[in-house]
Amino acid sequence: MTAFVNQLPIGLSIGAVLLLVALGLTFTFGQMGVINMAHGEFIMAGAYTAFLIGDLVLALPAAFLVAGAMGLVLERAAVRHFYGRPLDTLLLTWGVSLVLQQLARDLFGAPNVQVPAPSWLAGGVGILPYNRLFIMALAVAGVVAVWLYLNRTALGRRTQAVVQNRRLAATSGIDTGRVDMLTFFVGSGLAGVAGVALTLIGPVGPGLGTYYIVDAFLVVVAGGLGQLRGAVLAAAGLGLLNSYAEFWSDASLAKVIVFAVIIAFLQVRPQGMFVLRSRVLT
Amino acid sequence: MLLSVNGLESGYGRARVLFGVSLEVEPGRLVCVMGRNGVGKTTLLNTVMGVLPATAGTVTFDGRDVTGLKPHERVRLGMGYVPQGHQCFPQLSVLGNLLVTVEAAKQPKEAVDEALDLFPALKPMLRRSAGHLSGGQQQQLAMARALVTRPRMLILDEPTEGIQPSIILEIEAAIERLHAAGLAVLLVEQYLDIALRLADRFVILDAGHVVRTGDAEELRRDDVRRLLAV
Repeated sequence: MTAFVNQLPIGLSIGAVLLLVALGLTFTFGQMGVINMAHGEFIMAGAYTAFLIGDLVLALPAAFLVAGAMGLVLERAAVRHFYGRPLDTLLLTWGVSLVLQQLARDLFGAPNVQVPAPSWLAGGVGILPYNRLFIMALAVAGVVAVWLYLNRTALGRRTQAVVQNRRLAATSGIDTGRVDMLTFFVGSGLAGVAGVALTLIGPVGPGLGTYYIVDAFLVVVAGGLGQLRGAVLAAAGLGLLNSYAEFWSDASLAKVIVFAVIIAFLQVRPQGMFVLRSRVLT
Repeated sequence: MLLSVNGLESGYGRARVLFGVSLEVEPGRLVCVMGRNGVGKTTLLNTVMGVLPATAGTVTFDGRDVTGLKPHERVRLGMGYVPQGHQCFPQLSVLGNLLVTVEAAKQPKEAVDEALDLFPALKPMLRRSAGHLSGGQQQQLAMARALVTRPRMLILDEPTEGIQPSIILEIEAAIERLHAAGLAVLLVEQYLDIALRLADRFVILDAGHVVRTGDAEELRRDDVRRLLAV
């Protein structure tokens, strides 16, 4: 029974990591419908930013800007020419993802690097170390920030308007191209923040993004496209499922169980937990 | 001349819909575009607003060639557009719908109050999701949303289509009042009686061509009705 209760915070902390890596995708994939395979490499860029800066608190905004700027360049230079063509976008961004991984290998070397955790995160409460608690707090802060941005700012309102009816937004005076640019910047920047958080729980390497990208997409799809509460519930659910499945079996079987459950769930509810009107980019 | 459309051609892919349409709207006048289904009325308005690119011809608004401008740039010059089918941003509140537009058009917040004064029925439902309103209420919201951009010309695509009769009367009265206050209007309207009551001039389209123009008096004549009969 104690072991059962012990798995709960572990599951939630896995969920917090999933939520952080998926939060940016709720913007680019959920809101805009762009399948950005390079999202994982923006996470990696955030992690390497933390490695270069060496200070966790300073690294968070820096990584947001670095990854956001990369997303901005990708959107302006390439992705915007492929709106409404998901397969081409997928191939394009996958190519970009490979290029960025190689670039990281050239810049930082193929072996993993370690970002030392700050001393104030040493220790923990019970079975939960402080760094896990920090990630959970960061995930909560991220969700609150995204919610406030979308619902309480003029820019967020404009983003919602474009998502809900793109053509009407354009004929209501909204510069839809600028909104796309900004949405991509914020979504990519959030990936950078997630990257900083990941340095607290593991080493940083050029392949860091590929390790998390599938999970991130799973969270967004299972939660329902563009649905913040869906992403929160899906991340918590997948985290808990993962931790309990791992507890009762082993790591690789747990992965199989998680995938099987998601496939079964999407058979019943292909639209995810929460329904959003789908939107076609033209 | 506030709006001049000259030899406008446009369509969807290789299917051409408009074959050189020309029309003019003087300041303060209400021009009604009429014609049977599928003759290109909505295509014409979409091309005038830049939603569809013009393949030939020009659109001039207030002496400025706007043919190459994006829709939001045309809105900011004073072209207010209410597209077909009482559209809204369904998950934003009624107030959110108006605010997002007034902000995007860079107009003061008082424009929202002015628009609501014209459609007082919207006032009690400002916090409701726009998607939950009835079609008629959504159409009033759509017109209010176009008005908060403080347009110099209103472009309306079938504002009475699929709307319950009581609200059709309110919408007609609102158009009448805006027109009387000096706002120019380009209106696409299916109901001949409403067009007859509102229009200063009319333009009749058939198969992507302008087949007749004239003033309201001429619209009453029977040969014109024949062009509109199905």
